[in-house]
Amino acid sequence: MPVTSLRAKPGGDEGNDPRLLLLDQRDNVLVAISRIRAGETIAIAGTSVTLTADLPIGHKLARQAVSVGEKIVKYGAPIGTATAPIAIGEPVHVHNLRSDYTPTYHLEDVRKVQEARP
Amino acid sequence: MSMRGFLRSDGRKGIRNTVVVAYLVECAHHVAREIALPFRDRDVHVIGFPGCYPNSYAETMMERLCTHPNVGAVLLVSLGCESFNKYRLEQTVRASGRAAKTIVIQATGGTRKSIAEGRAFVGAERAALDAMPTVPMAAGELVVGTVCGGSDGTSGITGNPAAGRAFDFLVTAGAACIFEETGELIGCEHIMAARAVTPALGRELEASVAKAARYYATLGYGSFAAGNAEGGLTTIEEKSMGAYAKSGASPISGLIKPGDIPPRGGLYLLDVVPDGDVRWGFPNINDNAEIAELIACGSHVILFVTGRGSVVGSAISPVVKICANPETYRRMEDDMDVDAGRILTGDGGLDEVGAEIRDLVLALGEGNRTKSEELGHQEFILTYKSFEPIGPACLPAA
Repeated sequence: MPVTSLRAKPGGDEGNDPRLLLLDQRDNVLVAISRIRAGETIAIAGTSVTLTADLPIGHKLARQAVSVGEKIVKYGAPIGTATAPIAIGEPVHVHNLRSDYTPTYHLEDVRKVQEARP
Repeated sequence: MSMRGFLRSDGRKGIRNTVVVAYLVECAHHVAREIALPFRDRDVHVIGFPGCYPNSYAETMMERLCTHPNVGAVLLVSLGCESFNKYRLEQTVRASGRAAKTIVIQATGGTRKSIAEGRAFVGAERAALDAMPTVPMAAGELVVGTVCGGSDGTSGITGNPAAGRAFDFLVTAGAACIFEETGELIGCEHIMAARAVTPALGRELEASVAKAARYYATLGYGSFAAGNAEGGLTTIEEKSMGAYAKSGASPISGLIKPGDIPPRGGLYLLDVVPDGDVRWGFPNINDNAEIAELIACGSHVILFVTGRGSVVGSAISPVVKICANPETYRRMEDDMDVDAGRILTGDGGLDEVGAEIRDLVLALGEGNRTKSEELGHQEFILTYKSFEPIGPACLPAA
């Protein structure tokens, strides 16, 4: 993808609150670049959403609706799998996202054990 | 304006024409520093290896640094009884078309005589290099490395992705770009492997991170702490992606080790974690150890992303400091080249800051200097490490 076509700036071109950062066009989450208070109504992709809890700096919310089992994408890369349905504007964190990571050296160990079997 | 470079006999071009004064054991460090002192504002840099015992990693590093395209002439300073193979290093530098001289302090007659003899060589070579003509240089002839240090919560959302954008621009222009610190990539090796130009290279990338994970685990250091979640990070993949974002979005063309020079443009991972058993402690004891390795791989320029505020520069290659945190930038503006934290205050986007970083890199080839260069920063460190050569899958043919 040519880099010059990316529009990763606060707010972007898609009608997001300017306090939300889109790191990559492929992402389904936005990152808060300053604290957004509970009760504030903010725009996400043109949709109005009222926050039920504070969103601190560096925390994420959904840019679009996400189903259980779907990948959460940040920096254009999958960072884990949704464990609950997530509505647009809902915070994304340990309560609804889990890691998919298996350490490579663990896989190596498993392979060695398998190879050692008679 | 366009870039100008100093053409070397191997075809590479330098954006600086530095005289290097290299001590070959700590016992010669003071004499080397005294030789360079009168030339402190004239691109004369001190590097060296402190150990008395031989080490092939250190000898390779010194050889690559002394024949780096930014280096025009080399003075080696030896005490006399250390194990470093000074004659081979001097021959290698001479064979590269550069002026070289070795001063052996014990043979020259001590500190005072060695300093006088060294200053005469440096003065003459400085004058000769100052008269050297330059040639046009293209962005595609650059090698650029990136490192992060003094990171905080802003590094992963401003400075690192902005440096990644700059890498994308530079790779598109044909440059070779190098990212590193496999220990900070634990959790995103599978994501990274998917970007490799061949599946076999992808497996090598994964293996390099697995090696780092084992190495740090042996040292007693884990990767994902509970405190990370308070900052909004949910998974290990996400945490590592913050550091990995420095690499940008280009395909990964190769895996190299310290002293390996990228054969062509593209994006490369530098494996900085030693091979074999854990022996000499931390893979890299500080940021400058990583910077020295990136420079030994031919980096003309280093992009250094910091959140808390590092002030370092380096011998041989300029260091561009990208400040991720807007508060740190306001406090330490004299040391920072780029205010990437303005992304947080809504005063710029990642593409815009990335383009600014690229333009700053190119301007360094047009005579501009970085803040750390202007302030006289020339940090350098080299210690014991050991590596096996890279495997055949690490550099797939273009």
